Amino acid sequence: MEALAEFVNLYFLPGVAVGCIYALGAVGISLIFAILRFAHFAHGDVMTLGAYLAYSLVASLGWSVYLALPVAVLGGALASVAIDRVVYQPFRRSPGIIVVIASFGVMLVLRSLIQLFWGVDVLNYETGIRKPIPLIGDFRLAQKHIIIILVSLAIAAALHWFLSRSRMGKAMRAMSDDADLARISGIDTEKVVRWTWLIGGGLAAAAGVFAGINSKLHPSVGWDLLLPLFAAAILGGIGKPYGAIVGGLAIGIAQEVATYPWIGDLPLVPPAYKNAVAFFVMVCMLIWRPTGIFKGRVL
Amino acid sequence: MALLEAKGLVGGYGGMDILNGVNLAVEAEEIVVIIGANGAGKSTAMKALFGLINLRAGQVTLDGADITGAAPNALVGHGMGYVPQERNVFRTMTVRENLEMGAYLKPAAQARVMEQVFTLFPVLKEKASQPAGELSGGQRQMVAVGRALMTEPKLLMLDEPTAGLSPLVMEQIFDRIVAVNRAGIGILLVEQNARQALAIAHRGYVLATGRNRFTGTAADLLANPEIGQSFLGG
Repeated sequence: MEALAEFVNLYFLPGVAVGCIYALGAVGISLIFAILRFAHFAHGDVMTLGAYLAYSLVASLGWSVYLALPVAVLGGALASVAIDRVVYQPFRRSPGIIVVIASFGVMLVLRSLIQLFWGVDVLNYETGIRKPIPLIGDFRLAQKHIIIILVSLAIAAALHWFLSRSRMGKAMRAMSDDADLARISGIDTEKVVRWTWLIGGGLAAAAGVFAGINSKLHPSVGWDLLLPLFAAAILGGIGKPYGAIVGGLAIGIAQEVATYPWIGDLPLVPPAYKNAVAFFVMVCMLIWRPTGIFKGRVL
Repeated sequence: MALLEAKGLVGGYGGMDILNGVNLAVEAEEIVVIIGANGAGKSTAMKALFGLINLRAGQVTLDGADITGAAPNALVGHGMGYVPQERNVFRTMTVRENLEMGAYLKPAAQARVMEQVFTLFPVLKEKASQPAGELSGGQRQMVAVGRALMTEPKLLMLDEPTAGLSPLVMEQIFDRIVAVNRAGIGILLVEQNARQALAIAHRGYVLATGRNRFTGTAADLLANPEIGQSFLGG
């Protein structure tokens, strides 16, 4: 029982929290791919931007990071729309690879700007250690993990409502299904694109703030997560937002659980090589099932 | 004044012209069919009317207003409905959602017009919650026509709505097109099944190599022996 509690407290639940962060980021990558048909490499750095926007509010106004979260989400959303307007929109009719390279450029510019503005040091939203909250028996859950998991669940539910019930969400699915037919139906596809960036950028900012809460804040906090994010999006089936949620949780849990000492006393996968788990899953999927669990497109 | 009028359309894909000066007109409450051999420019002419290819010359007017080169989503707002030949339903969305997307510009009229579409195609009401990609070819064509009708168009343009359908289903589709037309909607039709299409049409255009070859009432075209031999399969 104690061994099980240790596994759940120290490996599984943190894995779920990390999985939620991946899910929030991967949903944006998947949505952007569904609508704009390109792999958005700057997504990790939009996460970083969101994380630092929240930091500014925490550091200068003394806000709680959870209060700063919605402002950071708004900032990430608006910044994404602005970047699209300036950088990506002129390439709308160009081959996908050109926009991918453009997003690579955005990634470098964004990270450099963040370093110029906020510096290169490692920062924290709050210092000190909080005691985990006991659940039943030996099971405990860190406060930050509870909040990350609950807020992510609420966001996933809101996203489901948006895509399945709202007029704009349905238009988004229609455009993802067939952009030409969407235009023929009278749908303003540029408006759909703006909404895609609002949602993708906002979720990325939320993921960035959570990544900062979960560990530390540094200028490559989002970039470091880009690989697991793409692995999650591909695992779920790229272009399928629900798949990205499942893929994010699966990759997050797999990464944490892989560091459990399954054989002997040492971690099966040393924590420093966690990303290799995501990489392994991504390569396997690309070889054997490139459409992912939910039958998405092929990247 | 014609509902839709096109004069001297020249254009195509890339650098190659497929249309070399096509003239077309559709009066309100008319069924007009465009026939011709493969590659004559029938579908291209229809795409040009709907702003889907760039015209190098020519003018298109709808109700007297110049719509040359207008964006497709703007034309939907002006009262044009278009059903492409292929990829004409949202396959991953349900039949009801397909129709809702048709009403995207007119959400207020959605419930009322959807009832009319269900009256026209009762089978769509039965299949309302099913993804359109799972339907048979004929039912999918009904979804496509229904989606285009959701905008309450003045003019409905159909690109080979009976391609690949069995004769029985083809007859059903033609029958429904006549019903749509009786409700006061002008129809422009591109058809391979030329004889059957002319049977329901008022007028027809025969295109060859991107130009008008023959123009006349459906009866005249059907009676013309030259057209019969070359375009109606003898």
